Amino acid sequence: MVASDPMAATAQALADLTEISTQVEAAVVFDREGTVLGSTLDDERAGRLAGSALELVRAAEEARPEGAEVLVQLDVALGDGSVFVAADGDRLIAATTAPEPTVGLVFYDLKSCLRGLAEETEAKPKPRRRTTQKKDDEGA
Amino acid sequence: MKGRSFLTGFLLAAGSAVAAIVFRRRAARRRERAELYLADGSLLSLVDGEPGAERVLLHAREVLTTARS
Repeated sequence: MVASDPMAATAQALADLTEISTQVEAAVVFDREGTVLGSTLDDERAGRLAGSALELVRAAEEARPEGAEVLVQLDVALGDGSVFVAADGDRLIAATTAPEPTVGLVFYDLKSCLRGLAEETEAKPKPRRRTTQKKDDEGA
Repeated sequence: MKGRSFLTGFLLAAGSAVAAIVFRRRAARRRERAELYLADGSLLSLVDGEPGAERVLLHAREVLTTARS
């Protein structure tokens, strides 16, 4: 995967995810402010999906007992499908599947996707800081 | 004759027990639930009807509906 643009990298990571994990129906990568970084859906639905997923994460965080550790991932099994969310720092991924998925496999694929994105971000070279010599030096 | 009816009764009882186990397992699997994995490796399960589960399940349903709309 070679993509210098973060959005392109996310789109590629999601394309890889849906190719590898046939159980994943839809997925969205977003941050803790609800900003969509990439999705398998169109922009409008992706925005709504990220918003709903963020509300889900907040509800789950509130459901934890007081003093409990940070939530790193969750899955919700519903009658007509399952919802998964995995977090890696400020970046989250939410995905939906058909009923009774292989939970461990789905989490593995989601975390691999997030890990790949984190590596992509780290590997991207930071722009060099340009230094200018002070005019005083020239005069000296 | 007595042995035969005992065997029939035993088979009926065993069959009923197996059917009950299978039914209960399937019913439990179908029950809506949320599983929260925390950073220390602990797992918190919220089953439909328990306090705290309602909001989580509600938002999860919204996610599923949005993804499929």
